[in-house]
Amino acid sequence: MLRGFEFDIAHTLSTSVLLLSFALLYQRRLAGVLEAFALQAFFVAAAAAWQAYTQNAPHLFVTAAIALTFKGLIIPIALMRIVRRLNIHRSIETALGVNLTLLAGVGLVALSIVLVFPVTAASGALTRENLALALSIVLLGLLMMITRRNAVTQVVGFMSLENGLILAAVGVKGMPLVVEMSIAFSVLIAFIVFGMFIFRIRERFDTLDLQYLERFRGERSRENP
Amino acid sequence: MNPIIVILAIPLLAAAVLAALPWRALAARLNAAASLATFLAALTLFADRPAPSAFVFIDDFNVFFVVLTTFVAFTTSWFSASYIEHEVSISKLTPIALRFYHAMYQLLSFAMLLALVANNIGLMWVAVEGATLTTVLMVSLYRTRESIEAAWKYFILGSVGIALALFGTILVYLAAQPVMGVGIEALAWTELHARSARFEPALLNLAFVFLLIGYGTKVGLAPLHAWLPDAHAEGPTPISAVLSGLLLNVALYALLRFKLILAGNADALAPGPLMLAMGTSSLLLAAVMLYRRRDIKRFFAYSSIEHMGIIAFAFGIGGPLANFAALLHMALHSLTKSAIFFAVGHIAQVKGTQKLADIGGLTTTHPALGWGFVLGVVAIAGLPPLGMFMSEFLVITSAMARQPWLAVPLVIGLLVAFGALVMRVNEVAFGEPKGPSSAITASLAPMYLHLSIVVIAGLWLPPPLVAWFQSVAGLLGR
Amino acid sequence: MRGTAIDLALQILQLSLVLVLAPALTGLTRRLRARLMGRKGPGLFQPYRDLVKLLRKEAVLAENASWLYRSAPYMIFALLWLAAALVPTFTTRLPLSPAADLIALVALIGAARFLQALAGMDVGTSFGGIGASREMMIASLAEPAMLLVIFTMALFIQSTSIPSIAEFVLSQPVGIRVSFALALIALIMVAIAESARIPVDNPATHLELTMVHEAMVLEYSGRHLALIEAASMMKLLFYVSLIAGVFAPWGLAPDDAGIDALAIGACVYAAKLIVAGTLLSVFEASIAKMRVFRVGEYLGGALLLGLLGTIFLYVSQSL
Repeated sequence: MLRGFEFDIAHTLSTSVLLLSFALLYQRRLAGVLEAFALQAFFVAAAAAWQAYTQNAPHLFVTAAIALTFKGLIIPIALMRIVRRLNIHRSIETALGVNLTLLAGVGLVALSIVLVFPVTAASGALTRENLALALSIVLLGLLMMITRRNAVTQVVGFMSLENGLILAAVGVKGMPLVVEMSIAFSVLIAFIVFGMFIFRIRERFDTLDLQYLERFRGERSRENP
Repeated sequence: MNPIIVILAIPLLAAAVLAALPWRALAARLNAAASLATFLAALTLFADRPAPSAFVFIDDFNVFFVVLTTFVAFTTSWFSASYIEHEVSISKLTPIALRFYHAMYQLLSFAMLLALVANNIGLMWVAVEGATLTTVLMVSLYRTRESIEAAWKYFILGSVGIALALFGTILVYLAAQPVMGVGIEALAWTELHARSARFEPALLNLAFVFLLIGYGTKVGLAPLHAWLPDAHAEGPTPISAVLSGLLLNVALYALLRFKLILAGNADALAPGPLMLAMGTSSLLLAAVMLYRRRDIKRFFAYSSIEHMGIIAFAFGIGGPLANFAALLHMALHSLTKSAIFFAVGHIAQVKGTQKLADIGGLTTTHPALGWGFVLGVVAIAGLPPLGMFMSEFLVITSAMARQPWLAVPLVIGLLVAFGALVMRVNEVAFGEPKGPSSAITASLAPMYLHLSIVVIAGLWLPPPLVAWFQSVAGLLGR
Repeated sequence: MRGTAIDLALQILQLSLVLVLAPALTGLTRRLRARLMGRKGPGLFQPYRDLVKLLRKEAVLAENASWLYRSAPYMIFALLWLAAALVPTFTTRLPLSPAADLIALVALIGAARFLQALAGMDVGTSFGGIGASREMMIASLAEPAMLLVIFTMALFIQSTSIPSIAEFVLSQPVGIRVSFALALIALIMVAIAESARIPVDNPATHLELTMVHEAMVLEYSGRHLALIEAASMMKLLFYVSLIAGVFAPWGLAPDDAGIDALAIGACVYAAKLIVAGTLLSVFEASIAKMRVFRVGEYLGGALLLGLLGTIFLYVSQSL
C-alpha cells in the first residue's frame, strides 16, 4: 500500500487533471468551462513541474511554464474575450445529455485502464497509472469535442486532450523532445484561437459530418429538398 | 555540405524571402525556381547518400519519397505560377494573400521534406503537425464562408489525428525504453529499427492502433476522412494537387515507418488486418460516394480517398509483391492525381465553375486540356496500358494469392469507382459544350509532363527503380 | 464500573452537545454569509431565539391534517437527533459507537426524509406535494451516490463503522489516497444537496419555483415548526461531523482516552465546526442556486465521483 510521497503527489496531480476533465464535461456555461480549463492547465503545469523535480529533468520546467502561462492564462483570457465579443454567453448546446456524457466518460476511464494496464506490466507503477490517466484525459477530450457543439468548447476539448498528452509525455521517464512537442502544440492552438478571432467563428458551423458543404455543393439535395 | 541540409534550407530560405517580396510576378517565378533547386538537390541524393545524423537521415525507403515530393512540388509550383496569376486577375485573391500563399507553399514543402528525412519520430511528428498547419492556412486562403468551414473542419480533425499520433509515439517510446534507454537516440528511426525485435510487443500493438488512427486521419482513411473532400474543394487548386499528391503520401510514409518497427518484432501483432479493414472501408465508401458528387474537385478528392484505401489495403496484405504494388501505386497516384488537379484547375478557370453539371464538351472547346484530362482519368481509373493498371493488377493478384475472398471487395470497389469515373469523364469531356468558356491562360506543360511519366511507367519501369521498389517492399515485411 | 459511568456520561454529553451546537452552526453560517454579502446579518444566537419563540407559539393545524402530520415532527426530530448523536464528534469513547455504522446512519436519515415527505403531502396543499416530489427526486439520486461512497470506503477499509474508519485513516502515514479524495468530494456534494443548501436549495427563501425543503414544511407552525427547524439544523451538523469524523478524524479521542485527550478532542471538534461553517458560507456566498432540473446533473456528478473512486480503488490495488 505504501508507495511514498513522490508517488502520492504525482498521483494526486494527475487525478486532479482527470477530475477537471470531468468538470469540463459537466459545465454548461462557457465561462465555467474556461475557468475549469484554466485550472486544469494549472494542474498539468504542476504535474510537469513535479516530474521535472523528481526525474531531475530541468527541461520539463519549460513545459510546465508553457502550460501555465499559455494555457493557464493567455488562452483562457483570449477565449473569454471571444465569448464576450461574439456574445455567446448562453449555455452550451450538448449533443448528449450531461449525465449521459459523464457516464460515457466513466466508461472511457474504465476502458483506458483496461487497455493500458495489461500492456504495461513491465513498467513502473507510476508510469502505468500515469499513462492510464493520460489516456482517459485524451479520450475525455475527444468526448467533449464530439458532444459539445460550439467552436469554443471544441477548442477547449482539444486543449484538454492535449493536456492528457503532456501528462503522458512528462510521466514517461526521460522522453526526449517533450518541450519541442509542447511548443508545436502551443503554436497550433495559438493559430486556432487566432483564427477564431479573425473569422469570428461563432458556432462550429455544423457538426463533424459533411452537411453544410455538401448542401452548398448541391450534393445533398435529394435528402434536403 | 550535407545535401539533406540543403534540401531543407532552400524551401525555408525561400519562404522567408517570399514573405518579404512585394512583386508578385517575380514571387511566382522565385517559388518555382526554389522548388526546382530543391528538386535538383534531392536528385543528388541518389549519387551521394549522407551518413545518418541524430535528426535527419536518408535511407532506401525515404530517398525515393524525397525525390518524388520535390518533383511534384516543383511541377505544382510551375503550374501554380500561371494559375494563381489568373486568380488574382479575377480578384479572387488579394496581392497580400498571394504573398502569404507563396511563403506558405515553401513552408509546406519544408515541413513535408522534414517529415520525410527526419530520423526521429518526435521530429517527424512536429513536421507533420507543421504541414497540417500550413495546409490549413492555405485552404482558408479564399476567405469565403465555405473555405473557412473547410479549414476549420480540417483543423479540428487533423489536430485530433495529430494528437492521437503523438500518444502513439509516446507509447512507442515507452515500448522501446527498456532496450533503448533515455536520450535523444531513443526516438531515432535508425536505432528503433535496428533493435525493434526486443521491444515490448503489447505496447507496440497499442501504439500502432493510435498511430493508425492518428496518421490515418491525415491519410484520409475512412472513417476519419471527412476533412479531405472539403479541404480539397475549397482551397486553391495547386494546394489540392499537393494535398492529394504529396501530403497524403507523407502521412502514409509515417505510418509505414511504424509498420517497419512492428515488422521487426516477432511478437507484435501483424498490422495487416487493421490496415486491411481501414483500406477496404475507405475504398468501398469512396467508390460509392463518387456517384453523388456534383463538384469536380470534391469528386477527385473522393477518388484520392479511394486510392489511399487501395494502398492501405495492399500494405495490409503485406509480402513483397503487395508492398511492391502499393509503393508503385503511391508514386503513380501521386503523379496522376496532381496532373488531374492541374487539369481541374484549368477547367475551373476556363469555365468559371467547379460544378460538374455546368462543365461539358471539353474536347471540342479545349482539345489539349480536354484530352489531357481524359488521359488522366483513364490513368486513375486503372485502364491498361497506363501505370496504375499494373499496380492495381498486382494488388489484386497478391490479394488472390494471400486470401482469395479478400479480392472480392477490392474488385467490387474498383469497378464501382470505375463506373463513376467513366460516367463523369463522359459528361465533362465529351458531348455538347456547356457554359461559358474562355481561353486557357495557364501552362499545360506540368500536366503533360506528369501524364507522360505515367504512360511510360505503364510500359516500361527503369530497372533501378524496380530494384529499389523490391528492396523496400522486402523491408516492409508482412 | 467507573469506566462505564464515564462512558455513559460522555454519551449523554454527546447527545446534548449536538442539540446545543446545531443551531450555533446554522447561526454561524448565516452570519458569515450575510457578512460576505455585505450585510450585517443576524447574531450568532439568533437561531436559538427563533426556536424558543416558535416553541412558545401555538401550533396551528390544518383542518384535514391527520395524526401523521402531527406526529411527524417528533419522529423526524428524534431520528435526526439520534443520527447526529451517533456520529462521533469529539471521541469514539461512546457506548453507542458500535451502532455508528454508515449504513445505519443512511437508514436513519432516509426514514426521516420519508416521514417529512409524507407529512408534506398529508395536508393536501400543492406546495407540500411539489416539495415532497422534489425532495424524493433529490433523494433518489443522492442516496445511490452516498451508498457508492460508502461502498468505496467499505471496499477499502473492510468496514462501514465510523470508529474503525476513523481509526484506519488515523493510522495511515502521510498519504493522499485518490479514491478517498473522490469519495470526500462526492460526500460533500451529497451533503450539500441533502441538507438543503445552496446551490440545490435555498433555506432562506420561499420562492415557489425553487423551494424544496421549505415547501414541505410550509404548513407547519409553532412547536412543530421548531422541531422541524431544529431537526434540519441537526442534519447539517450531522453531515459536518460525519465528514470530519471520516475524512479528518484528527484529534478524535480514542476509546481509552483520558480527560486531557477528551478536552483536546472537544476543542478540535469546535475548530472543525468553525472551519466547516466558514467554508460552507464562503461557498454559498460565491455560488448561485442552480435550476431544479440541474440538480439531477449535479447529483449525477456526485454519483460519478463515487464510481470513479471505486474504479481508482481497483486501480491502486491492482498496481
